[in-house]
Amino acid sequence: MGVIKSIEELEKIREQAKDLINLRKDNENKTRIVVGMGTCGISAGARQVLLAILDEIKKRNLTDVIVTETGCIGLCKFEPLIDVIKPGQPKVTYVNLDPDKARQIVAKHIVNNQIIEEWVIPNI
Amino acid sequence: MEIYRAHVLVCKGTGCTASGSEPVIEAFQKEIEKRGLGKEVKVVQTGCLGLCELGPNVLIYPEGSYYCRVKPEDIPEIVEEHLIKGRIVERLLYKEHATEEKMRALTDINFYKHQKRIALRNCGIINPEVIEEYIANDGYMALAKVLTKMTPQEVIDEVTKSGLRGRGGGGFPTGKKWQFAKDAPGDVKYVVCNADEGDPGAFMDRSILEGDPHSVLEAMAIAGYAIGAQEGYIYVRAEYPIAVKRLEIAINQARERGLLGKNILGTGFNFDIFLRLGSGAFVCGEETALLASIEGRRGEPRPRPPFPALQGLWGKPTLINNVETYANIPPIILNGADWFASIGTERSKGTKVFAIGGKINNTGLVEIPMGTTLREVIFEIGGGIPNGKKFKAVQTGGPSGGCIPASLLDMPIEYDTLTQAGSMMGSGGMIVMDEDNCMVDIAKFFLTFTQDESCGKCPPCRIGTKRMLEILERITNGEGKEGDIELLENLAKSIKDSALCGLGQTAPNPVLSTIRYFRDEYEAHIKEKRCPAGACKALIKYEVDPQKCKGCGLCVKVCPVGAISGERRQPHVIDKEKCIKCNSCFDRCPFGAIVKK
Repeated sequence: MGVIKSIEELEKIREQAKDLINLRKDNENKTRIVVGMGTCGISAGARQVLLAILDEIKKRNLTDVIVTETGCIGLCKFEPLIDVIKPGQPKVTYVNLDPDKARQIVAKHIVNNQIIEEWVIPNI
Repeated sequence: MEIYRAHVLVCKGTGCTASGSEPVIEAFQKEIEKRGLGKEVKVVQTGCLGLCELGPNVLIYPEGSYYCRVKPEDIPEIVEEHLIKGRIVERLLYKEHATEEKMRALTDINFYKHQKRIALRNCGIINPEVIEEYIANDGYMALAKVLTKMTPQEVIDEVTKSGLRGRGGGGFPTGKKWQFAKDAPGDVKYVVCNADEGDPGAFMDRSILEGDPHSVLEAMAIAGYAIGAQEGYIYVRAEYPIAVKRLEIAINQARERGLLGKNILGTGFNFDIFLRLGSGAFVCGEETALLASIEGRRGEPRPRPPFPALQGLWGKPTLINNVETYANIPPIILNGADWFASIGTERSKGTKVFAIGGKINNTGLVEIPMGTTLREVIFEIGGGIPNGKKFKAVQTGGPSGGCIPASLLDMPIEYDTLTQAGSMMGSGGMIVMDEDNCMVDIAKFFLTFTQDESCGKCPPCRIGTKRMLEILERITNGEGKEGDIELLENLAKSIKDSALCGLGQTAPNPVLSTIRYFRDEYEAHIKEKRCPAGACKALIKYEVDPQKCKGCGLCVKVCPVGAISGERRQPHVIDKEKCIKCNSCFDRCPFGAIVKK
C-alpha cells in the first residue's frame, strides 16, 4: 500500500483494482448466470449451487460474468436450476443441479463454450 | 482481491445524508452479516446520484436497480427479496412521474437517459473515500500521461483545443487562462481551486467534491505541471463539512501513494495541495476576494488588471479555476480535445452540470451537453411542473443571472444565448417558477441576498444595491410610485458600469431581466397596487364571497383583530382597514368563502 513509484506500477494497480468497481459498469455485455432462488429452489439446495458457482468464478478470475437470482419459474421439480445467457447466444437452462455439476458448467460452458447437453432442460 | 456478486451502493452526499442514509448503510451491513452474505454482497458508500429529493438513494448492481426514499426498516425486505431471491422490491423502485411506470434500472429513467456525465463521471459509481476505486476507473492516468508523454505547452494546447470554458460562471476560455499563467514571469506560481460555491441553491461543486474529490486533485496537479507551480490551494466553504472531510481523506490518501508530494510517479515533479476554509461570505467566491481571504485579509475584491494569472496569491502568478472546470480536465487529457469538442455547440463545448430546483418535479443534479434546450431540461429531464401548474420562468445563473420566460423555452443552453437573453450561465443553478411566483418578489429576493453579501468596498454596490432594494420593497408593499421602473433601470445601468467586482456588476441582473419580460407585473404593483400572482402579502386583499358565505361565524372567532363582522346566517364582511392578512380566516372557512385578490 506504499508509494506508487512509476506509471507502470499505477497501471498494475489499476488492473487489479478494476474488480472493485467492475460490477457497476458495462453489464449489458457480460455473460449472465441466473440462479433460481425461489422457495422451491432454496429448499432443493440452490444456495449451495450459487456458492459453488461464485467460488468457481473467483478461482478462475472470471471478470466478465455476473450472477443474479430469480424467483420460482414454475418448474419446481427441476430445481436447482440455472440460466446461462451469453451475449448474442440463446439462453441455456440447466436443471437438477448440485454444486459439483454447477462447477463443471462454469468450466465447460462459461469458459470453453461447450454446452453440457445432458443437463439441459428436456423438451417438456 | 475479493469478488462480490452484488454491490449495494448507498449515496452519502450531503442531500442523502441529511435524509438519513447513514442508518440505511448500517442496517444493510447488519442484515447482510446476519444472513451470511458478507462474502457475496458488498455495501459501498458513494457520491451524489443527482435525484437528491428522493433520497436516501440506493443502487444495486449488477441489475442497476434504483431504489428511492429507502428507510432502515426496508432493509430486511430488500436483502431477503432482492439479494437472496432476486426479486426486485417494486414498491421502492423509482417511479417516472408522467407515466407512474416503475423503472427498474437507473439507465432507463428519463432523468438519466438524457444526461452525459463527464464531470460527474464517478459520482454514484465509486466510493470517494477509497483511492483504489478512483484508480480503477482510470484515476491518475491523465496525470501519468501528462508527466511522461506531454510537455507543459502540449497540455495547455490540448485544453485550449478542447474549447473548455470556465464553469464557475465567467465562461472564460480555460486554455487561455492557463497560457497566461504559464507565460507569466516568475519561479513561484500557485494553482487555486475555487470551491466556495456561494450561489443559493447551487450544489454542483459540492457533489463533485463529495463524490469524486480525486478528480480535482489530479486536475490541479496537471495544471501545476502545465504552468510551473508546485503548490495548490483548495478554498472550500466551511458550510460543506462532508466535502471538507472527503477532501482531507483524498489528499492524505494521494500523499500516502505518492500521487501528491515530492517526485510524483518517479518523474521528479513535485506538487502538493492544501485546504483553506471559507467563512461564509458570498463575495469570497470572487477570485481576488478569495485570494485575499487565503492571505488572511478581509475578503474584498481589487481592481483588475493585474489579473491573478500575472499577480495573484502573495503577488505571484496564480491560476484559479472552478471545481467543475477542473473535473473536466482528466477526461480531456485521456480522451483528447477533439472528443470533448465534439460535444456541445460551436462556442460552448462539452457538458454543464445544473442544479435544478424550485417548482419542478425532479429536483436534483443533472449534467447535459451544451445546446440542450431549456424545454428538454425542464419538462423531460425535470419532469415538468408539479400540481398541474403553468410554467412561468426559469432563473439561471443564481443571483447574478436573470429569468427566462416561456417564450424562450426552446433556446439552446449556451454561454452566449443565455447572456443575450439577459441572463447568464453562471455556476449552473436553475430555479423554476410557476404561475404562483411573483416576478417582482423574485427580483427582491435575489437583490436582498446580494445586498446583504456586498463587501461594502465600492459605493456603486454598497449604496446602489441598497437603494434599488428600497425601491423594490416599496413596490411590493403597495407604495410604488410612477417612475420607479425607470429609476430602477437607471440605477441598474450605473451600478453595472461602475461596480468593482462581479457581485456588484451582476446584482442588478434579476431586476433588469424581470422588468424586461414581466414589466406588466411591475406596473400592476405600482399603478393598481395589485400583485397578479397573489404572492406579495401586502397587496393581497381578503374578501368574503357572499355567494358562498353561510354566515357561520367561524372566521369571526379566529380573526385576531376583529376585522370580520356580520349577522348569523348572513354573508359576512371583512374590514380591509383592520385586516392584517394573517390568513387565519382563509384557513378556517369550511366553505371556501374567503377569497384572496
